[in-house]
Amino acid sequence: MIQYLLHNRIWLALHRLKQEPGRPLLLLHGLGECSPSELPPEYADWPGPVYALDFTGHGLSTVPQGGGYTCELLMADADAALAALGEATIVGRGLGAYIALLLAGARPAVVRGVILRDGSGLAGGGASGRSPYIPVIDTQQLAPPDPYAIADLATDARPPSYSTSYALLAEQESGLVRPVMVCAREHPEWLTAVINALGVETVAVPEALDEYRRLPYIAAE
Amino acid sequence: MTVPSINIGDESRFFSYPNARAPDRRRTVSSSGVNLAVYEWGDLTATPLILIHGAFDFARTYDVFAPLLADAGYRVVSWDHRGHGDSEHAALYSWVADERDMLAVVDSTTREPCLAVGHSKGGSMLAHAIQALPHRFTRFVSIDGLPFRSPHSDAAKRERKRVFRDEINDWLDHRRTASTLTRKPGTLEDLAKRRARMNPRLSHEWLCYLVTLGARKDDDGWRWKIDPSMRMGGIGPFRSRWMTDRLPGFPIPMLAIFGTIEETMGWGVKPGDLAPYLPPSTHIEVMQDTGHFIHIERPDQTARLILDFFKT
Repeated sequence: MIQYLLHNRIWLALHRLKQEPGRPLLLLHGLGECSPSELPPEYADWPGPVYALDFTGHGLSTVPQGGGYTCELLMADADAALAALGEATIVGRGLGAYIALLLAGARPAVVRGVILRDGSGLAGGGASGRSPYIPVIDTQQLAPPDPYAIADLATDARPPSYSTSYALLAEQESGLVRPVMVCAREHPEWLTAVINALGVETVAVPEALDEYRRLPYIAAE
Repeated sequence: MTVPSINIGDESRFFSYPNARAPDRRRTVSSSGVNLAVYEWGDLTATPLILIHGAFDFARTYDVFAPLLADAGYRVVSWDHRGHGDSEHAALYSWVADERDMLAVVDSTTREPCLAVGHSKGGSMLAHAIQALPHRFTRFVSIDGLPFRSPHSDAAKRERKRVFRDEINDWLDHRRTASTLTRKPGTLEDLAKRRARMNPRLSHEWLCYLVTLGARKDDDGWRWKIDPSMRMGGIGPFRSRWMTDRLPGFPIPMLAIFGTIEETMGWGVKPGDLAPYLPPSTHIEVMQDTGHFIHIERPDQTARLILDFFKT
């Protein structure tokens, strides 16, 4: 089932992949990807519903005119899903992993753990040091995914200090022992900084899911 | 519907302002589907000069300043940024999107390298765009348009963390309601008084004139045209030092004009802060007893400085 959420002028497609009482698991896709059409087997044992969100310009969500993508905008996309779901555990792939980290720091009371996985768009445009650049867009490309999203979100800056600010907010304000689980092999600069700041090690996805499934669930009224 | 508080006769005096001149031409440029309102002062065949406004402003705020440059022999081209003035409200806004819009306007004007003047955010956009595409521009004028922030002291870290958290929460809360927001209606003078909070040094008469251009009149009163989903103080990873660290190698001649009085809308930059980062060839001018809106407070003096710089 697909539910559409309005985020300013964008309709976001929120796919329900599994229905079951419990804390929702929210899947965030990578850059240029879209939500899976079926429940990935690795999440079949999650003790609650499983949802997946198409970011702006991806999947069945609105493709806007003229670009202007930022990771903060996508964080607000995911926050729109949180507003609909209440507390949730988040699994992010690539770009979705970075967005999941931002949201864990921004909404520590309702994000009950994030799992950061490999995937497209994990690194973005690096820390900051590259030459000034204004991406030129091939507007003849078919969308979705929006070619502006591909260009803007593969070149955006992700400074380590910015990422660790979110990670530390999650650590200090979520009440969780391990609010961020790193399951990615690729470690761009921002993720290395997060790993160092939190003092965490890379773990396997089943281990991360197992830890978060044990957290008590308080359903939204 | 009758609105007793609004009287057209009383308002008519605000539709003009001493030395303000409407643009000679108005056109529309589509920047990948987002329609931008473009304005031109001066002869169509004159040397092009791109003039860029700051955040929460619009091109017609140059109605006094732009004609001074045009009358000196330039084709002055400005536009309302997406979501501002008469340009289309977009679904998304970003620094890079504004820069692409700028290039769409420049491309629609000339493919030759051109002169560029930017105020506030417009200056910063230009500084970045010129570093990315130095072959597109010949000279750059920043009117209080270069950011700079001193490093925070360690003692302020705890406070910064709290502010950071609160800013993110406020911004996300704002995004949750953005689709339902509208600008607050009021009388023409109400809107001018509200804008005075951002422009405390500008006269009530000038701000009323701006209302006649930057606001529209609905049945229940005047409303600023700017997209209600936009708000001051966004969040993001931008660091001013990314720009300042590159200024020593700035690729074209630069005139940097500063005021001396700090304002809410300004960068809070002092010439002494930035001087060590500017190339030795930079022309630095400081306008005494002047705030952030230098070209509005002192249009003649600012235009003279710029015209002299273009001749050097």
